[in-house]
Amino acid sequence: MDAELETTRICTRIRELMLTQVKRRGVVVALSGGIDSSVTAALAVKAFGRERVIGLEMPERHSAQETLQLSGTLAASLGIETVVEDISGILESVGFYSRYDAAVRMVVPEYEEGWKSKIVISGIMERPGFTSFHLVTQDKNAAVSSVRLPFKPYLEIVAATNFKQRIRKMLEYYHADRLNFAVAGTPNRLEYDQGFFVKLGDGAADIKPIAHLYKSQVYQLAEYLGIPEEIRKRTPTTDTYSLPQGQDEFYFSLPYEKMDLCLFAKNNQVPVDNVAAALGLPPGQVQMVFDDIDVKRSTTRYLHLPPLLVEDVAW
Amino acid sequence: MSLQEDIRDFIVENFLFGDSGGLKDDSSFVKEGIVDSTGILQLVAFIQERYMIAVEDEELIPENLDSVSRVTAFIEGKKRLLAPGSAAD
Repeated sequence: MDAELETTRICTRIRELMLTQVKRRGVVVALSGGIDSSVTAALAVKAFGRERVIGLEMPERHSAQETLQLSGTLAASLGIETVVEDISGILESVGFYSRYDAAVRMVVPEYEEGWKSKIVISGIMERPGFTSFHLVTQDKNAAVSSVRLPFKPYLEIVAATNFKQRIRKMLEYYHADRLNFAVAGTPNRLEYDQGFFVKLGDGAADIKPIAHLYKSQVYQLAEYLGIPEEIRKRTPTTDTYSLPQGQDEFYFSLPYEKMDLCLFAKNNQVPVDNVAAALGLPPGQVQMVFDDIDVKRSTTRYLHLPPLLVEDVAW
Repeated sequence: MSLQEDIRDFIVENFLFGDSGGLKDDSSFVKEGIVDSTGILQLVAFIQERYMIAVEDEELIPENLDSVSRVTAFIEGKKRLLAPGSAAD
């Protein structure tokens, strides 16, 4: 990929989309300190000008401390205005923290203030089987334990956690409406394709400038766009749970760069054996990853769907 | 009601809105799009609560859980292990 050409292509296209369809005069970008939101913001600045881009920083009690610092660095390097909205108060009001803790206590009754936790996906690499999720907890003495999540607590934890993405999106639209701006979503191709987003949460947006780019292409653009190195070198994280959680722990069956390559290979009909040789994995495992890509596409398809109607309604 | 009918009823009621349609006892839940990975969690919760058996991590595989027949055979096998010599019903 030619980073310069791709940057021009994206900027031309999103300007056109804003002018002809969205018809708002700028964008709000939620900044997480991660690579995707940084590249999205940088592209928006190139396309619309820095005065037409607002960076929104929305930490909460469980956010990693470095999040604000990194998003601040990015905003300063782009010269864009930022707004900080600490969402802990809203999360408290909707009962997120108490609902989350109550769900965790369904499986770990001793879980209390001062403990931390996260959800981890079972490795399809360890054994072929159905996906299951484990709750990892860390007590006040830093002792870590893990338990498989049964159906009900799993749903309760995910449902409560989804408040975070939905509340952030609500605030993005608040600021967009008050400025007559649109909302730019920040998914990359891997997340978009594999349904790694919350419907009406981070999945909601008016434009998604990098949804067609593989993660490695996002890094390539990041370098071209001069995104600060500390952001480019950071391991992708969900920054959603109180314990640090890599995206490959929660959702993807391989580390990001390998998962990205597998998705590219599958989409471009690269034979399994070639992929296996390139990644240094047994062909059987690559096939499992390919199969898992299909399973995730099918199980998350509804996340992409608009509300379904009984019959077409002309508008 | 036999164990197989019990499982079948659960699948039909929970995943098919009560309409058994073309569900065969050896239909793959996943390939037929009847049950997804979250549905498998629900199925496992049902098996554990209803038949009082523990389902281990390594048992969460299609061979045990991906059709009415396979679930039935899996539960029968588990019950035999729990009570050697007794017939599974």
